[in-house]
Amino acid sequence: MSAMLEVRGLTKHFPVRRGVLRRQVGTVQAVTDVSFDVNEGETLAIVGESGCGKSTIGRTLLRLLEPTAGTVSLDGTQVMDLPAADMREMRKRMQIIFQDPFGSLNPRMTVAETLAEPLLLHGLATSSDVKGKVDALLETCGLQPWHAGRFPHEFSGGQRQRVGIARALATRPRLIVCDEPVSALDVSVQAQIVNLLKDLQTEFGIGYVFISHDLAVVRHMAARVAVVYLGRIVEEAPVAELFATPRHPYTRSLIAAAPRPDPAARKTSAPVEGDLPSALNPPPGCAFHPRCPLAEARCRTERPVLRPLGKARVACHFAETAPTTEAAAENPPSEALTRRLQVLEAARQKENT
Amino acid sequence: MDHAPLLEVEDLAVEFRIGGTVQRAVQGVSLSLHSGKTLGVVGESGCGKSVTSLSIMRLVPQPPGHYAGGAIRFKGRDLLKLSETEMRKLRGGEIGMIFQEPMTSLNPVYTCGAQIEESLSVHSGLSRKAARDRAVEMLDLVGLPSPRSRADDYPHQLSGGQRQRVMIALALANDPALLIADEPTTALDVTIQAQILDLMGELRERTGAAVMLVTHDLGVVAQTCDDVVVMYAGRVVERASTAALFSDPQHPYTVGLMAAVPRIGSAAGRLATIPGTVPPPWAKIGGCRFASRCPLATDHCRAEDPPLAELAPGHTVACWRAPIEAAA
Repeated sequence: MSAMLEVRGLTKHFPVRRGVLRRQVGTVQAVTDVSFDVNEGETLAIVGESGCGKSTIGRTLLRLLEPTAGTVSLDGTQVMDLPAADMREMRKRMQIIFQDPFGSLNPRMTVAETLAEPLLLHGLATSSDVKGKVDALLETCGLQPWHAGRFPHEFSGGQRQRVGIARALATRPRLIVCDEPVSALDVSVQAQIVNLLKDLQTEFGIGYVFISHDLAVVRHMAARVAVVYLGRIVEEAPVAELFATPRHPYTRSLIAAAPRPDPAARKTSAPVEGDLPSALNPPPGCAFHPRCPLAEARCRTERPVLRPLGKARVACHFAETAPTTEAAAENPPSEALTRRLQVLEAARQKENT
Repeated sequence: MDHAPLLEVEDLAVEFRIGGTVQRAVQGVSLSLHSGKTLGVVGESGCGKSVTSLSIMRLVPQPPGHYAGGAIRFKGRDLLKLSETEMRKLRGGEIGMIFQEPMTSLNPVYTCGAQIEESLSVHSGLSRKAARDRAVEMLDLVGLPSPRSRADDYPHQLSGGQRQRVMIALALANDPALLIADEPTTALDVTIQAQILDLMGELRERTGAAVMLVTHDLGVVAQTCDDVVVMYAGRVVERASTAALFSDPQHPYTVGLMAAVPRIGSAAGRLATIPGTVPPPWAKIGGCRFASRCPLATDHCRAEDPPLAELAPGHTVACWRAPIEAAA
C-alpha cells in the first residue's frame, strides 16, 4: 500500500549570481535528495538546526518553491506536474501553518474575512452559510464566535496561532505542513497549541509534516522523526527508537544538547563543537565530519548513503558498529510536582462542572 | 549567608506612562545575588523579567518608563540614586550585560575588536596597544577561532554563535563583578546553546562574577542556576534554590509551568496546560495576578495580593493557598 504523501528525491538548489551579467558563481544546496512518506493521520517531524533546509523542504513540497528535482505525490496524484488550475484544487488538500502567526495573517482583514476567503474561493461555502462555517472553525480551534470581528493585532500570540490553524483547517486538508508552529510561543501556550494540533489530527485524520528545532516538542507530536543536516536526511526513525537508540552522531549530539528541566541531570559530556557549515560550500564526504567525534579518514572523502537499519534509516558509516547510548535519559518530574498538579487538575475539573 | 549580597533589589516598582494611563510593568520585586552565584529569573513574556534586568542597568527608557519605588543596591550603593555619569561608569565596567540578539546589540559598522577596545579604553584606561592585546585575549578566552584576525571582522561576518561569543567577550572585558544575561541563548540552536552555556559557566568559575540569567527556559535554569526567581505578570511569585524549586515547586503557576514543559525523556501523551493567558499590564487587578487562571483561587485571592512568605528556609512563595496539598 502506498502512503498518503510520498516525497522522492526532493532537491532544491538556489543559484548564487554576481556581477552585472548575473553570472552564476555558485549554488546553495538547500535541500538534496530528500525522500519520506507520511500516512493519513500520522505526524512526521523534520528536525534540524537553523539553516539546515527544513523550512525549504516544507515549502518545496507544497510548491511554494519550485523544486530543482524530485517528485511529491499526495493520494497518488503527482503534485509537481500539475498545471496551475489543477494546482489550485490541490492546494485545498495541502495547507501550511507558519511560525509567526502575526506575519502570516493579513493585518487589514478581520478573522472572519481571513477564514471566509479560502472557504469561498474553493467553493466550500456560499455567502449565506459562510458565517456559520467560520464560527464552527473558530470553535474547533478553541476560539469564540465574537473573535470573528477582530483584527490580528487584537489577539495574543497563542490566539493568533489558533487563527492560523483555523485558516489551514478551513479547506479540510489531507496534509498540513507545520513550520515551527509553537517556537514563538510561551511554554504554557505552546502546550495548548500542541494539544490542539493533536486533537485535530485525531478528529480529522490529517497528516502533519511537523518542522521544528525542538526535540522535546517533537517527541510529543511525532510518530516518526527525520533529522536533517545541511539539506540531507541523516537519520529517520520511529520516535521511540530515535530517542532510545539514536544512531547518527548528530542526532545524539542534538538530544544531548537539549537542556533538561531537571537540576539533577546536569550535563557532563562536552557539547559538539563548531557551527553548521555553509550550504554554499558543503564539506566533502559526510557533511557532519568536521564536528563529528567519530570521524575517520573515510568520512572526509566518502559521503555515507542513507540506508535501512532496523526500523530506521541512517546515513553514517559507523551506524552499525558505534556503541549505542541512552541519550534521552531523564528523571521523571518530581513527586511533589506530580502530586500538586493532580490537586490543580482536580480543582479545575470541579470548577468546570 | 553571612556576607552582604553583591546585588540586592528591594521592592522595585517600574511604571510606564503611555497616553493617559499608568502601567505597572514590575511591582514589589525583591531579589538578591551573591558573588560567584548564578540567579535565574524565569517567566513567560510580559512577566517583567526583562524590565527587571534593564532596571539594574538603569536602561529602562525614561520617559515613558519611570522608577516608581524600591531600591537596587549594588555593592551597597543604590543604583536608582546615582547620576547618569556614575551609571555610565558602571555599565560595561563593573556590570556587564549580554543581550538576546547579538546582531542588533553589536554595532554593525565597527569591527568586533574595535568595540571591545573602546570599552576597555573607556573603563580601564588602557592604551590602544594594550586594549588591542586585551581584546584579542578576550576573544581567545571565549573560544573564537583565530582571534587575532577575527578581531578585524564585522559582526555580519560571524555566525550567530560566534556573535554571541563576541557579546560575552565584550561584557566580560572589564572583569565585571556582575553579569546580566538576558535570554543569552534563546536565538541560538541547541548545540550552540550548549556551547555558550558551558562557556558562561567556565568564565563564571574563573572570574568569580555573579550572574543574573534571565530566561523563559526552565531547562536552561535547571542546567545553570544556583537560585531561581519565578515571575508572573510583574510580580515575583516564588523564590528558591534551583534544587528546591524543581523538587518542591509551590506556587500553582510554577507547578503549571513545569508540567507544561515537554520532556525529552518521555512522551506523556497530552501536555498539561495552564488555561487562559497572562493578564495585560493595564488590567486593574486588586488581588493575586494569577487568580484568573488558578483553579484554587478564592475570593480572598481575588481581593488581596498575596505577599512573599517563607514556607521553608530560603524558599518563599506568594500564594494564599500554599502549600497546595492543604487545599485538596
